[in-house]
Amino acid sequence: MPKKEEPSLKGAFASVLILGAFILISWLGVFALYLIRN
Amino acid sequence: MKPFDRKDGKLVLAHLLFAFAALLIGGIAGALQGMVRGGTLTLPANIAYYELLTAHGVLMALIFTTYFIIGFLYSGVSHTLGGQLLPAARKLGWYGYLLMSVGTVIGVVVILLGKASVLYTFYAPMKASPWFYIALALVVVGSWLSGYGVFYQYRKWKKGHAGKLSPLFGYMSVVTMLLWQVATIGVAIEVVVQLIPWSFGWVDRVNVVLSRTLFWYFGHPLVYFWLLPAYICWYVIIPKIIGGRIFSDALARLSFMLFLLFSIPVGFHHQLMEPGISPFWKFTQVVLTFMVIVPSLMTAFSMFATFEMLGRSKGAKGLFGWLKVLPWKDVRFFAPFMGMLIFIPAGAGGIINASDQMNAVVHNTLWVTGHFHLTVATSVALTFFGIVYWLIPAVTGRVLTPAMNRRGIVQTIVWCVGMFLMSGSMHTVGLMGAPRRTAYTTYNDHPDAVLWMPYETAMAIGGIILFAGVLLIVWNVVSLLRAPKGETEYPIGEPADKAEPTPRFLERWGMWLGIAVALILFAYTIPLIDMLNNTVTSPGYVTW
Amino acid sequence: MHIHRLEKIWLGIGISMLAIFLIVLGTMAFSMGMAPPSQHHHTIDPAKVSETAPFDKPGLIQTGDKRYEAVMVAYAFGYEPAEKLEVPAGSTIDFMVTSSDVVHGFAIVGTNVNMMIEPGEISHVSHTFDKPGEYLLLCNEYCGTGHEYMATTIVVK
Repeated sequence: MPKKEEPSLKGAFASVLILGAFILISWLGVFALYLIRN
Repeated sequence: MKPFDRKDGKLVLAHLLFAFAALLIGGIAGALQGMVRGGTLTLPANIAYYELLTAHGVLMALIFTTYFIIGFLYSGVSHTLGGQLLPAARKLGWYGYLLMSVGTVIGVVVILLGKASVLYTFYAPMKASPWFYIALALVVVGSWLSGYGVFYQYRKWKKGHAGKLSPLFGYMSVVTMLLWQVATIGVAIEVVVQLIPWSFGWVDRVNVVLSRTLFWYFGHPLVYFWLLPAYICWYVIIPKIIGGRIFSDALARLSFMLFLLFSIPVGFHHQLMEPGISPFWKFTQVVLTFMVIVPSLMTAFSMFATFEMLGRSKGAKGLFGWLKVLPWKDVRFFAPFMGMLIFIPAGAGGIINASDQMNAVVHNTLWVTGHFHLTVATSVALTFFGIVYWLIPAVTGRVLTPAMNRRGIVQTIVWCVGMFLMSGSMHTVGLMGAPRRTAYTTYNDHPDAVLWMPYETAMAIGGIILFAGVLLIVWNVVSLLRAPKGETEYPIGEPADKAEPTPRFLERWGMWLGIAVALILFAYTIPLIDMLNNTVTSPGYVTW
Repeated sequence: MHIHRLEKIWLGIGISMLAIFLIVLGTMAFSMGMAPPSQHHHTIDPAKVSETAPFDKPGLIQTGDKRYEAVMVAYAFGYEPAEKLEVPAGSTIDFMVTSSDVVHGFAIVGTNVNMMIEPGEISHVSHTFDKPGEYLLLCNEYCGTGHEYMATTIVVK
């Protein structure tokens, strides 16, 4: 049985990676504030 | 195309119109608050800032949301689970509406009489008039009846279509109302068992830590009660509107079940800075909170995938070529899309808020206010606004005109501009320590507080722009009621052709509910026993 | 249930990132003494705060070299002791606070001191004030009509 081809979702993948980077950078920013104020 | 059932249409419309009336009154309160904090307005002596704030919170976060959600869910349940509500379901819908409305009116009157300036979280031992708590109880019990109508219609559909997978909208509606039912048990116990007897004076003292815990047991899933209907629009409606397909029916259902499981046993992340709860249980519920982020990460991928697949089917090339083929000029897409986009900073802020000890940086500051104005007041609200442009025409036998569509685009942009200014300033000045839920003050011109003022002015300007946005959406709603007659299809998306069948374990309601209850018992039993054994009770106070 | 390869990778990345956050937070909380405030559970009868030691005599007590204990009571709409706390720069203050009426906040602007003060409970937090200045200590939990006036300062010399 031929393997079903997965659709190309590189754009979706790139988009969620940007979203992930946003989460990471904002979290690190507040984390840094926490450490500085401690 | 069968027109939307007329009787059901009346029920849906009643909910939508009540919701927008609440938005209008709540919006007036919000605009006044913004101007007071920005230093541009002093309220006349008989209107207290905190009274307005209580009204704003209750009308926006409890009334606008709940009514819109129930109206929207009933519309989809009617359309997808048989084409018409069964008489018992429709009756439950109306009884729920009646009970909630009586409660809302009593509540708003009591608030505006100055007898319940306790804000929408009504923390003990601030003691409001018993009629405030009774009003809340009526709203909650009314909403239960509404939920039972959804459950009843769903069960009858399942019996009549044995072995078939239930329609996605109906399924998601049941998850939403089930989540609501389980979550509201906490606030119902707090209000009925603790607060009403105490506010009547039948009982002298109240266990403060317990009351807060019961509230936040409810308070966190409350935000998912708001979010899930927006997700229903994103998953089920938007694909149809843009001319695409649902990316994965199975993953959509799985994400909803994960919300059912992980939205509730997490209330402590709203109580991280409180005494009376051990660091161990705070962290445990933080871990559970982080699990509820996963279904949103799944949803983000599904949304982008839906758009990309549409784009590729239209020949779009490259990584982001699909962006160009989306129907930007269609408010039924544009408004919810802006809701999706803004959910990125909204959700990121939420992750920060829940991060255990890191919460100290933001707790009770205006950052938190900025956060929830992005989540509920933009992502959810803009999605709801976008829904109105097809829902009102569908249930009233009318059509959206190009002019109304254009005004909808304008309203969406106005909202985004106002919110960027207001929420952006709130996030910034919150990180600088400015407290939330506080009237105008510079703390005797303390240098730190003086530095906040430019941001609070920006907040006020943003708030006025948003108020213009409130007027615009209310005007649009009124226009839609007088739109030209015609047929509007109820837009329900279909799954992509090559999608695999959805596994049936996703419909094993008993199993999923059982796991949800087990998680709640795990997260709360020991801390609650500790609270009942070790906390002390407090008398009540009226401090306003 | 079929999950697209790229979605699996995305969820793997996302979940790993969240797990790393949790490991960092957990390690700081349980091995480095940086947990949320009020780690130990201490209660008090909220109607008898002014008669219960040490809250019958709120104030600053020196407990060691550059170490102080600040016993404070939050009420609508101020903090006891009425006199401003004054410590030399580099001092660590162990705050021990309760409320004699409703729930209040206790937040020192520019620091991580930010906790809830609840009647019946005693809240604890410690902070080392390295930089001199007049720190604004305010109530950030709505407590009634005078909420926006509820503040004091801590003077660090």
